[in-house]
Amino acid sequence: MRELAGICVFCALAALTPLFVTSGSLQNLVIMTLYATLLGQAWNILAGFGGQFSFGHAVFFGSGAYAMAVLQVKFGWNAWAALAAALAAGSAVGAFIGALSFRYGLKGSYFALVTLAFAEVFRILANTFLFTGAGVGMMVPLNESAAALQFADRSGYLYLILAMVTAGFLISWWLKHSRFGAWLQALRDNEDSAAALGVDVFRVKLIAIMISGALMAAGGAFYVQYFHYIDPHIAYGPAVSIEALLAPIVGGMGTLWGPLLGAAVLHALGELTRSVTGDAPGVNLMVYGVVLILMVTFLPRGILGGVVTLFGGRGAKKGGDRA
Amino acid sequence: MLEFSILFPSILNGLTTGAVYALVALGLTLIYGVLHIINFAHGAALMVALYAVYFLHEQAGVNPYAALPLAVPAMFAFGYCLQRFVIGRASHGKDENILLVTLGISIILENLALYLWKSDTRTIDAPYMLQTVDIAGAMISLPKLLAFGGALAAAALLLAVMAKTDLGRAIRACAKERQGARLVGIDVEHVFAMSFGIGLACLGAAACFLLPAFYVNPNVGNSFVLIAFTVVVLGGMGSFAGALLGGLLIGVVESVGGLWLGESLGQIGIFVIFIAVLLFRPQGLFGART
Amino acid sequence: MLDCAHLSISFGGLKAVQDVSIAVPQGAIVALIGPNGAGKSTLFGLVSGFLKPDAGTVRFEGADITGLAPHRVCRLGMTRTFQIVQPFAAQTVRENIAVGAHLRRASRRAALEHAEVVARQVGLTEQLDMLAINLTIAGRKRLELARALATGPKLLLLDEVLAGLNPREITEVIPVIRAIRDAGVTVFMIEHVMQAVMSLADAVHVLSNGVLIAAGSPREIANDARVIEAYLGHGTAARMKRQAEGADA
Repeated sequence: MRELAGICVFCALAALTPLFVTSGSLQNLVIMTLYATLLGQAWNILAGFGGQFSFGHAVFFGSGAYAMAVLQVKFGWNAWAALAAALAAGSAVGAFIGALSFRYGLKGSYFALVTLAFAEVFRILANTFLFTGAGVGMMVPLNESAAALQFADRSGYLYLILAMVTAGFLISWWLKHSRFGAWLQALRDNEDSAAALGVDVFRVKLIAIMISGALMAAGGAFYVQYFHYIDPHIAYGPAVSIEALLAPIVGGMGTLWGPLLGAAVLHALGELTRSVTGDAPGVNLMVYGVVLILMVTFLPRGILGGVVTLFGGRGAKKGGDRA
Repeated sequence: MLEFSILFPSILNGLTTGAVYALVALGLTLIYGVLHIINFAHGAALMVALYAVYFLHEQAGVNPYAALPLAVPAMFAFGYCLQRFVIGRASHGKDENILLVTLGISIILENLALYLWKSDTRTIDAPYMLQTVDIAGAMISLPKLLAFGGALAAAALLLAVMAKTDLGRAIRACAKERQGARLVGIDVEHVFAMSFGIGLACLGAAACFLLPAFYVNPNVGNSFVLIAFTVVVLGGMGSFAGALLGGLLIGVVESVGGLWLGESLGQIGIFVIFIAVLLFRPQGLFGART
Repeated sequence: MLDCAHLSISFGGLKAVQDVSIAVPQGAIVALIGPNGAGKSTLFGLVSGFLKPDAGTVRFEGADITGLAPHRVCRLGMTRTFQIVQPFAAQTVRENIAVGAHLRRASRRAALEHAEVVARQVGLTEQLDMLAINLTIAGRKRLELARALATGPKLLLLDEVLAGLNPREITEVIPVIRAIRDAGVTVFMIEHVMQAVMSLADAVHVLSNGVLIAAGSPREIANDARVIEAYLGHGTAARMKRQAEGADA
């Protein structure tokens, strides 16, 4: 239907950008915006659609990143196989954290805190063991070939991240139009009612966190391939966790286009800030912090939510299709 | 397992660190117990206080301990304004919103500090910093010992205020029954802001005691946030006695854990405890809330 | 169809439900009444799996379902509503009902279509595309009923589905409930609205302070001295009887 067509159009347009965007830094901007979109999509699955706010989503990112790095560097795996393993790693970590947290009924702030704690535990572990390079981190040697998922021409990376973002779009679309997605959003809006209507709340949450973890791990894997480097602070630190939640909150949680819109707005804002204040450290993030507070105060349902409210109280077209 | 002569100083050191953790956590306990806010900005606020005490020392030559009468009221005012004019307005009462707003505040504070003062780690140099005191054979650094005493004194003061003063009673009333408190004429918004202010004032005190034995950089708040939460959750959300005991316990766990597992891995014990408590005993050691 | 035997649960020192045994035969409409705080919703919680009893068993269609998780109970064919309505606020009426419909329908389109059918049954056709949060209290009550109905239950547990409705709205909903029963669904309802209880119920059970104090046909219950006492206070029944006799004399 209409949304699928929209996704196709977007992908086509994005895939064509190398034709008219030739400046290296601009290409990088597009790639990083898509990267932020991916992280946002992953967080959006669990928080936007599922109502479980995680403050430690980096735990999945880092697991994917380290899987990617360690398997290639220490075990000589093929990059594509390592990518598959990275997805599996993110999913497995999701299953682990989800099984514990949801089994013991952690919700709201407690769940947010526990994810943060897990991220910190993983960070300390990665920082300690030489296996993961300890504090120094790991470098993935240069090997620019498609087989090694590295590209001499930046457009290669564009296609890679675009493929991942497309997967994210398709998953989000599926959540909006499937029984599983209906169950997930039901338990988000009211867990008891959902259970009374036959929703297996634990199982649905668990599957959601596994999907979210896998997608986030893809982001981590991309990071390693693009920057050739990972360390515990980047992998499991608060920066990635914050980046993951900013885009959907700004764009609109629980929507298809929210993460993309949010990522685009934030990156545009970042560029604007940089042109005004130069490359001063921390200014970008300060602006993001202000935006976060402003969004929560005035537009808790994000830009898309605000638009919907502005243009019609009902906010729904027949058949249950919504932005 | 471990020799006593090694274990004993480690435990003592852990207690002194733990006392500061307790003081930090006491503020957080008050804020959570009364406003039911998980204050993510707590660590960043401590960082701000540390910088304030640092600059008072570097620029104005004020001894950190002498800075107490300056830092505590300043942090109180900061906290009051933050709650009254930012958090209270922005949150609309929803749990997740408050979480995000305080997260936003912590991001702003950290990066403001990064912008203003760069990422260098700073410490103060003072003659008393290297002095140690002999306690039954263990050499404990003087600043740490002062931190221990100061933290306990501050905690006692806080408990006294909560139990004996009108403000303390008003705070407890608002914590228990917000609407009822309003009905008997208590200005709830004001009391909330006072509570948040006191919570941050504890950080002002903690900073004065912490700086001589520690350091400051823009990220220092991050490690404290989770540790403070661990203490609060372990002690039981809303229990002051729990926060005190929990802080001391966590300090010892960190110290002994560091002995056993090494500096880097040692902190892991804290977070494992945190996760375990959240999962298996969310009411903590002393808490009543579920 | 439903067999509760010696159900008991206490919260701290409060014995919310004590040794309650109720049988709901298939195809009947059974009402559970009693003063506020009697433990009626607690009993529903015990039956539907939201609470685990300290003692006693719940049997549904012969099988022991005591302590089974709520979603499992629903899948077996027993669906409950909530006294304090809890709609999926951010979603439309159609989407709300579809969640219930999805229990037995995997396809999104089938669920949405069934939602329309159910909405027609309870009279929510006009509001299908409204956000649940914009409904009136009467609308929300109907939505609660519709969602539960969409799961295709064999037994429907209705918790004060008429509370807060004005007399006209009540007269509109009563035939809906009767039609549901006539379509083959057994109904077990907690109700305060006596008009509904009298006209709908085949059998009435009365709960007071966690204990079953009476059971019988609506007529019998209305004249039962213990029931009158439970609602109107100690000695009222005798007083009323005296007044009636005094008036006759």
